[in-house]
Amino acid sequence: MINFGFLLLGRLNLEAIPSDFVTRVGAIMVLLAPLSVAIFLTITKRWKWLYKNWLTSLDPKKIGVMYIILATIMLIRGGIDALMMRANQAISVGSSNGFLSANHYQQVFSAHGTIMIFFAAMGLMFGIINLAVPLQIGARDVAFPFLNAVSFWLFSAGAILVNLSLVIGVFSIAGWLAYPPLSELKYSPGVGVDYWIWSLQIAGIGSLLSGINFIVTILKMRTKGMNLMKMPVFVWSVLGCLSLVIFAFPILTATLALLTLDRNIGTHFFTAGGGGNAMMYVNLIWAWGHPEVYILVLPAFGIFSEIVATFSRKRLFGYTSMVVAIWAIVLLSFSVWLHHFFTMGAGADVNAFFGIMTMIIAIPTGVKIFNWLFTMFRGRIWLSSQLYWFIGFVFLFTIGGVAGVILAIPPADFELHNSLFLVAHFHTMIVSGVLFGYFAGISYWFPKIFGFKLNDYLGKIAFWCWCIGFILAFGPLYILGFMGATRRLNHYSASLGWQPLFIVAGIGVLIIALGVAVQILQIGWSIINRKIYQDKSGDPWDGRTLEWSIPSPAPKYNYATISVVDSIDQFYEDKKNKKKPSSNYEDIYLPKNTPFGLLIGLIALTFGFAFVWQIWWLVILSLIVLLITLIIRLSNQDMEYLIPAEQVKKMDLKARGIN
Amino acid sequence: MEEENVLNQELVIERNDKSILGFWIYIMTDCVLFASLFATYAVLHTNTFGGPSGKNIFDLNYVFIETLVLLISSFSCGMATIAAFKNKKSMTIIFFGITILLGLTFLIMELSEFHHLALIGDSWTRSAFLSAYFTLVGTHGLHISIGIIWMIIIIGLILKKGLGPHNLRKITMVSIFWHFLDVVWIFIFSIVYLMGVIK
Repeated sequence: MINFGFLLLGRLNLEAIPSDFVTRVGAIMVLLAPLSVAIFLTITKRWKWLYKNWLTSLDPKKIGVMYIILATIMLIRGGIDALMMRANQAISVGSSNGFLSANHYQQVFSAHGTIMIFFAAMGLMFGIINLAVPLQIGARDVAFPFLNAVSFWLFSAGAILVNLSLVIGVFSIAGWLAYPPLSELKYSPGVGVDYWIWSLQIAGIGSLLSGINFIVTILKMRTKGMNLMKMPVFVWSVLGCLSLVIFAFPILTATLALLTLDRNIGTHFFTAGGGGNAMMYVNLIWAWGHPEVYILVLPAFGIFSEIVATFSRKRLFGYTSMVVAIWAIVLLSFSVWLHHFFTMGAGADVNAFFGIMTMIIAIPTGVKIFNWLFTMFRGRIWLSSQLYWFIGFVFLFTIGGVAGVILAIPPADFELHNSLFLVAHFHTMIVSGVLFGYFAGISYWFPKIFGFKLNDYLGKIAFWCWCIGFILAFGPLYILGFMGATRRLNHYSASLGWQPLFIVAGIGVLIIALGVAVQILQIGWSIINRKIYQDKSGDPWDGRTLEWSIPSPAPKYNYATISVVDSIDQFYEDKKNKKKPSSNYEDIYLPKNTPFGLLIGLIALTFGFAFVWQIWWLVILSLIVLLITLIIRLSNQDMEYLIPAEQVKKMDLKARGIN
Repeated sequence: MEEENVLNQELVIERNDKSILGFWIYIMTDCVLFASLFATYAVLHTNTFGGPSGKNIFDLNYVFIETLVLLISSFSCGMATIAAFKNKKSMTIIFFGITILLGLTFLIMELSEFHHLALIGDSWTRSAFLSAYFTLVGTHGLHISIGIIWMIIIIGLILKKGLGPHNLRKITMVSIFWHFLDVVWIFIFSIVYLMGVIK
């Protein structure tokens, strides 16, 4: 007999709704957040405004802001996961078992890692790239504005899918990288791993498309005279980062596809039986995963390069060596992946090679640190919150880097593998390197996008919360790692004496949470008092690069007239020489708004959801709808509108406050 | 009005330029995707798990005909592109039609090979070697199917809007895609079939 229920709804049934208390609270939170936003929009009658100005926009500045908002929400979601883990670890000792069941605890740490890397860090990164790259190269747009919107909406679809797993069904218990055989059908028969696969697959394709888009933007759309060696270092770092994206993300796509095949049609790539090889998955996923670390950190390095030069009021020390260091990192990052599993048993020679390569990659990073410090040396330093983040970064990143070099020694790694020492190491790198950099970058470019600065005092308080909280949260983990505490531990014996250290770590996470609260307060306070913090000059930091030559907030066409560049810090030179901006206005073509990006995101979400629950008719239907949507969009040739030169002139003079 | 058209034309050329560079970069990412699958195949091709090895199941004569069909389709795709740039509308459509037919022939041959293997019990569930084989060759076949659908759409666009710069850009892209699939097939032919038969 045909099972009509399965044909219609696949694996989906009422049991998918969470039954235990903690998950229910989470599910209600996930549902309440968009609901309250929807009610707010309805009351203030802003649906149309949201749709016209944001959801259908192809302006990279707006897409960037949407990326950052979504990534911040995901950062908070991942942060709540972290709080739950630390709270559980602080009390789950001896006879007490904490408030999370083992299964739920596994879901929480899997979700925490997945969300923080793919949706918080990657989202902030693409957000900042969208905001700053076109402005810094003097371009009016990105190479493929529509593709950019598609990337964003695919990213959103992935993010929604992860959160949906909290409401309908479960999430993966197999850790953030879902190693087989645990992630295989035999050991994870539920929908958790499928949710993980499809949220990553969809968001990953978005990242790949974004990578292609911005590489073409940087290579083809630089303003007059800006040859490669005159690009701002941030743009260089983004070019390096995106080169890694286009080489690494296809590996992720392939790996996830192979795991999907294993789980859905019974192939034997990574299974325990049938001749499969689970270690191949680990190799493949880290061949993507290690470059991914550098994908995240390179733009942060670029941001710091801009900030240090600007706030030291000095040209960046060693521009060429910075560029060389970026490309050294790009090349080397593909030759170190095996250090994530020295314990695999590849043999002494292989381990020695990867150990040495790992130590070598620390050299270009060291070059960059010294360049920044030499830039500050004898500079006229303006100790703003952005520079606070930088100084905190240098301090913490160096500690984390030294821990990394210890881990790069294979015999030491055999002791420390999968211990909390490792957890402390990579959190030091990612929090201080990536997050601090992105926070600094957001507050640095904030006035250019919104027209007013953020309150600096609250920014500094947020920094101290993050910095002190971080040391308290992860300092103990280094010690616990040496004492033998492993990662993903949800219960330990009281006799080990670990509890006090776990409690300190928990307090640290609370202080970090306070820092996040201060940051939200900082944004709210600055919005309310935006008149006071208004940036009338367009150049609030005495900037050096092109984006500060235009009014704030940046107009939708970015540059009213084309800038000409013949030195690295062109705008700074222009200010020194009192050079007036060109008045050579011309017609500007900009892309029209379109709902197709949003539509493709919705289709991808439907497709992912249907695949997770094996609702096959919906999978096929969404593919057909996708094809039709693409045909309609791609055969449309009328995609731009024109702003005549006269009007550009009027708008520009008004924005500059002349007339 | 005249001037606006000129500007528009420049805009179109500039955009075509960017699109084609972007498409080349996409092809590179697809290369990496295939490289991952080739690496997987290289690791797993000896894991036959008691099932057949390549030597037992590959029929070189059959694959040789498949290869010839695909190579000729690449040639006709090239001819279609040349005709398009010479503004010969009907020739373009005819050559794309030939390419589609040859592509379909290739696809049917591949599917019947798969079907035959599945019938004798050597499907992708039999062993890791067969999983890797079906996935690598099947991914190529999936690309071929996408190429065929794309060419059908392009023929529709040519009939509707002629050979303007927009359509020329799409024709350039689809021909890059098709030649790329040809190159990938050469690797599949050498690494999977030829080396499989030798061992």
